[in-house]
Amino acid sequence: MNAPQKPEMKKVINESGIEVKPLYTAEDVAASGGMEMVGDPGQYPFTRGIHREMYRKQPWTMRQYAGFGNPADTNQRFKYLIANGQTGLNVAFDLPTQIGLDSDDPLAEGEIGRVGMSIDTLRDFEIAFDGIDLKKITVSLTINGAAAILIAMYLAMAEKRGYDVKELRGTAQNDILKEFIGRGTWIFPVEPSIRLVGDTIEYCATHAPKYTPVSVCGYHIRESGATPAQEVAYAFCIAKAYADDAIKRGLSVDEFAGRLSYNFNIFGNIFEQVCKFRAGRGLWAKIMKEQYGAEKPGSMWLRMIAAGGGGGLTFEQPEVNIVRGAYYALISALSGTQTMALCSYDEAYTIPTEYSARLSLRTMQLLVEEMGLTETVDPLAGSFYVETMTNEMRKKMEEIMAEVDAQGGIVKMVAEGTIQAKVSAQAYGMQRKIESGEFPKVGVNCYKNEEEEDHPVEFHPYNEDDARVQIDSLKRIRAERDNAAVSEALTRLRADAAANRNVMPALVDAVKAYASVGEMTKELVSVFGRYQEPIRF
Amino acid sequence: MTDRQKPIKVLLGKPGLDGHDQGAKVVARAMMDAGFEVIYTGLRQTPEQIARIALEEDVDVISLSSMAGSHIPFCRKLKPLLEANGLTDKLWVIGGNLPAQDHDALRELGFKGIFPSGSKLDAITEYIRSEVK
Repeated sequence: MNAPQKPEMKKVINESGIEVKPLYTAEDVAASGGMEMVGDPGQYPFTRGIHREMYRKQPWTMRQYAGFGNPADTNQRFKYLIANGQTGLNVAFDLPTQIGLDSDDPLAEGEIGRVGMSIDTLRDFEIAFDGIDLKKITVSLTINGAAAILIAMYLAMAEKRGYDVKELRGTAQNDILKEFIGRGTWIFPVEPSIRLVGDTIEYCATHAPKYTPVSVCGYHIRESGATPAQEVAYAFCIAKAYADDAIKRGLSVDEFAGRLSYNFNIFGNIFEQVCKFRAGRGLWAKIMKEQYGAEKPGSMWLRMIAAGGGGGLTFEQPEVNIVRGAYYALISALSGTQTMALCSYDEAYTIPTEYSARLSLRTMQLLVEEMGLTETVDPLAGSFYVETMTNEMRKKMEEIMAEVDAQGGIVKMVAEGTIQAKVSAQAYGMQRKIESGEFPKVGVNCYKNEEEEDHPVEFHPYNEDDARVQIDSLKRIRAERDNAAVSEALTRLRADAAANRNVMPALVDAVKAYASVGEMTKELVSVFGRYQEPIRF
Repeated sequence: MTDRQKPIKVLLGKPGLDGHDQGAKVVARAMMDAGFEVIYTGLRQTPEQIARIALEEDVDVISLSSMAGSHIPFCRKLKPLLEANGLTDKLWVIGGNLPAQDHDALRELGFKGIFPSGSKLDAITEYIRSEVK
């Protein structure tokens, strides 16, 4: 039971590289830039929150990541979570779906339904969302490489169910640039990948104006080794790349910016995280107003999901992750997030069981029902420490964004692998610090259990039979559908991709004809090619 | 220490469709710092690709990093390919999200070194150094 060595008054530098003082006063606030960027909630620059009443009006959406096996299995889990009070869905797809392979593709063998649900055609979406009220429960699709296809599928499914797509809310992750940095479900090379994101933004701006086609993810960049300040700064650089593409197409910023959202990570120092979000909100508003000329407040809002990240959880003493998750949820609430999700305590081992997913949900519900987190907006505002650190985090983010610009921009850095190499080197440095004990981690390098205990984690079972069921279902659909209509739709998709026309209308038609994810991806690959990963150390 | 003249050459592969490469890259750096020559494959390698690179590069160690649960079906396909290419005298190592109940099956599939999440970097490099003569 060794406590980490903590010499008195040692200089403390947070992960973002900012010194943390033992005491903050009004003078520190003034020296860091004062209260100029604080303002009121619901008012520019929105540092204190994008809405005036925040959680008084509506608590954050609770959106645990879920999905496994075939669509019927996942539909059951969705209904279980909703029955337990979950207010949104966050859909996990298996790896073949995420990278555009059908379940009968030889490369999909052994991976079907393993880390998410398997989707081949519109029929699968019909089953997955059967009986779920898509007006009451908003759905977030965690899909990137194949996002344009799955967005088309979601819109088509909703339309078929009788929803007005113009009123339909929901989100797709659809942030391909971060997939090249971390998470790795890319398909096409960098340039056509950005073009596809642009196609979804452009299409949704007209056809599904309440749908959020992109959720830019600092989350996975942080998991890959970025600091909290880099996480936000890189995400903003990426969002600007998508915004620039949309503007090049002739859209005005106020036509699409209100439908961009963010996905950020939570682990580490509580105050650094809270200040990261407050700083990020002010900075994004400033960027949209000053650099892009946004006029609508909604275009300046940093809307986000702030999720308790797997990167902070440990393999050792997994039950302690329940407590970590509770702190992460607290940070998320103090940060004024719109949506919350938590990695469950068992996620270093397995995808969550019903039990652990419910526990994560209860953790959030505790904050709403018992802890008073929804009563007052931005409760940490006015603290000398929090306001100073918010100013300093914002400055740090601006510095990092300027460095990216100086190095040729985020798209170039991602394509060349320089961002990947940078965050990976940092991840290695952090792992060394954890192994040496320099960076304390409870249960890992301090307060280790004297004796190895059997971990109390129950594994989510993988049903080998799900793959066979899924492949049989795909074969049946291929036999029953109008294959002439499919072939016509796929030909049009290929032509539109080659002619640099927006592919979304062709994708929606192909999806409605029950073309499969793999078939549509193949057409796009034939035009765009495949990404070749730069390996840089 | 061994009396080898050349550095230990390690293939570090990312099998299957899994995109979680943070750990693999961290381990690659640790191996490089330990003086090994590392060939990191990048994502989405098939069993055929792993076997081919191992043969062509004449590596001492064939190591895999698997995080998304498909390690057993992948290694079942890889084993006969490594055998067919005469690579049974190489050290086969696997790391990542590997539940304890799968370790015996992995050993039976020829993976002598098994390093589940939580393994220390130096433990991995020291193990390789002690096993490769």
